[in-house]
Amino acid sequence: MAIKKENVSRRDFLKKSSMFAGGVVFVSLLNPFKVVYATKKPKGKGKWYGIAIDIEKCIGCGSCARACKTENNVPNEPFFFRNWVEQYTITNDEQVMVSSPNGGIDGFKQAVPDEDIYKTFFVPKMCNHCAKSPCTQVCPVGASFESPEGLALVDQNYCIGCGYCVQACPYGCRYIDPAKGVVDKCTLCYHRLQKDLDPACMMACPTGARIYGDLNDRDSAVSLFIKEYNCAVLKPQLNTDSKLYYYALSQEVH
Amino acid sequence: MNKLQNLYEALANVEGYIYPNEIALNWDLLIVMYPYITGLVAGAFILASLNRVFDIKALRPTYEISLLTALSFMLVATMPLISHLGQPFRFYEMLITPHLTSAMAIFGFVYIWYLMVVLLLEIWFDYRYDMVIWSEQKKGFMKFFYKALTLWVSDKSPESRKTDDKIGYFITVIGIPSAFLLHGYVGFIFGSLKANPWWSSVMMPVIFLFSAMVSGIALVMFIYMVINFIRRKKNDILCLDTIAKYLFYILILDFTLESLDQIHRIYEADESFDILKLLVHGKLFFTFFIMQIGVGTIFPLAVLGFFQFKQPSEKIRKILYLIVSSAVLIGIFFMRWNVVIGGQLFSKSFYGFTSYKVDLIGGKDVWLSLLWFIIPFFILAFLLWLLPPWKKAKHVEG
Repeated sequence: MAIKKENVSRRDFLKKSSMFAGGVVFVSLLNPFKVVYATKKPKGKGKWYGIAIDIEKCIGCGSCARACKTENNVPNEPFFFRNWVEQYTITNDEQVMVSSPNGGIDGFKQAVPDEDIYKTFFVPKMCNHCAKSPCTQVCPVGASFESPEGLALVDQNYCIGCGYCVQACPYGCRYIDPAKGVVDKCTLCYHRLQKDLDPACMMACPTGARIYGDLNDRDSAVSLFIKEYNCAVLKPQLNTDSKLYYYALSQEVH
Repeated sequence: MNKLQNLYEALANVEGYIYPNEIALNWDLLIVMYPYITGLVAGAFILASLNRVFDIKALRPTYEISLLTALSFMLVATMPLISHLGQPFRFYEMLITPHLTSAMAIFGFVYIWYLMVVLLLEIWFDYRYDMVIWSEQKKGFMKFFYKALTLWVSDKSPESRKTDDKIGYFITVIGIPSAFLLHGYVGFIFGSLKANPWWSSVMMPVIFLFSAMVSGIALVMFIYMVINFIRRKKNDILCLDTIAKYLFYILILDFTLESLDQIHRIYEADESFDILKLLVHGKLFFTFFIMQIGVGTIFPLAVLGFFQFKQPSEKIRKILYLIVSSAVLIGIFFMRWNVVIGGQLFSKSFYGFTSYKVDLIGGKDVWLSLLWFIIPFFILAFLLWLLPPWKKAKHVEG
């Protein structure tokens, strides 16, 4: 009985190897363009910062915005904020009015007479430090990046000031520093965190409306707060995996 | 500081509520010019390829003009972007350390591919034989210059000319998807931003592509007539009629696609609809309805459509072609304006608007935008002097 020999012709070899090579090239081309841009949550001991804000506790004093400007040398003009407070007023005839004069730093005045108000509240705003942050995704040079702790940061010595990230942030949390020509944003006072100090806005809040901490640690203040209270994030439909959780968030807030 | 004064003025004119960081409109007129100029390049090239690849012979008189126009605008295409950067001298970082998840990071590579591989190569192969001839005819510096342009190749044999033609054809074939890539990609820069509902649309690259073709074809039509006017030559009316026909067809496609995008928005009417409706009927009314749709689309469509059925005298046609091509160029400029500026006028909180006033006297963005739009015409004049299409030897088929 003749031994059955499988003949592999040179043509077959070339076909198979070129298919393989083509596949490798194709996959390696695809690889950089991940479907969803996301940072990896560290496993084990690494910190993974999150923030929670209790809207019911915010009194609109603006201390957080003021402290942030001072701590981080944010330009004084009312167009540049890492941190600001919005006042929402919903009238009896269902009008929604929002204001944030000078980011709330100078306090608020209520323009609507008491009897016309259905409800009113303050919403402090800051970077959401999204896990799938659209801003770091679009940075053309990688100057905007996610720290291993899950904070969206900017390397200002590297930023070219194109403003693409400013356009990509759904929450309006970035601005171009007029003096430096580069982008600036909330870092959750990364320089303070490195020294085991609390961020300036957290320190300044007189009512304890702001909490931050390690989401990896199930016993941290922020984890316990999110567990106890039913929190929501801003614009969840955009799938940014925001790590800024609000308690008592009204649907009028965008 | 002038810029801060403008910001205070914008603050005084805020309607409703806008996030405080949104009062400053970061992408100004220069970013309007960026897709506008890039679109002209892609469109002009497509017109050239209609002649070369699709063999539409009537377009022959505009072949070289289209290519040189595309090159002139391509050479400055990145300048509006670079001069707009907060740190312009760091622009090269985008090329040496591109962040590959960013749509913008790829622009440099698409640009270089298109400029070096498509435009320069195609023009070189198209002119190689002529440059050899000119280098023999000229004296002194110009002789050396043409020789340098030929890269010291001096083959004049008919075989070499056939090879030139074959390679040129091949490059044009590659060039068509490249031109599509170039401008479709610019559309993607805007269309891929989910944060902005005015931009975020899968239609954006396609719309950008077709509007690019429209604007590029109109530009070449305009330049062709101006060149003939300056050279006191007669316009080839068959060529103009053919350009007009293609302009008409592509304008219909472009208008259909843009309408589809808007109808989809209106019918779907998602959470952003109310603010966008206010935007289009308010701050963008003039630039959108009057300039983009009226002047830039309906008027040219009406004139060119009429010509498809009934043709008035040559003289009237030529005058109207000049007017129509200008109207299209203006219309597409405002289309870019409505996308870029319009997308930043409303707040992402959906509760209000900021404003943008073009500072005609002291605005850096205005002067630079004008500069980047005018320079290509000077480059084109130089290129037409250096490589005059009307002094070329007869074309040899490969």
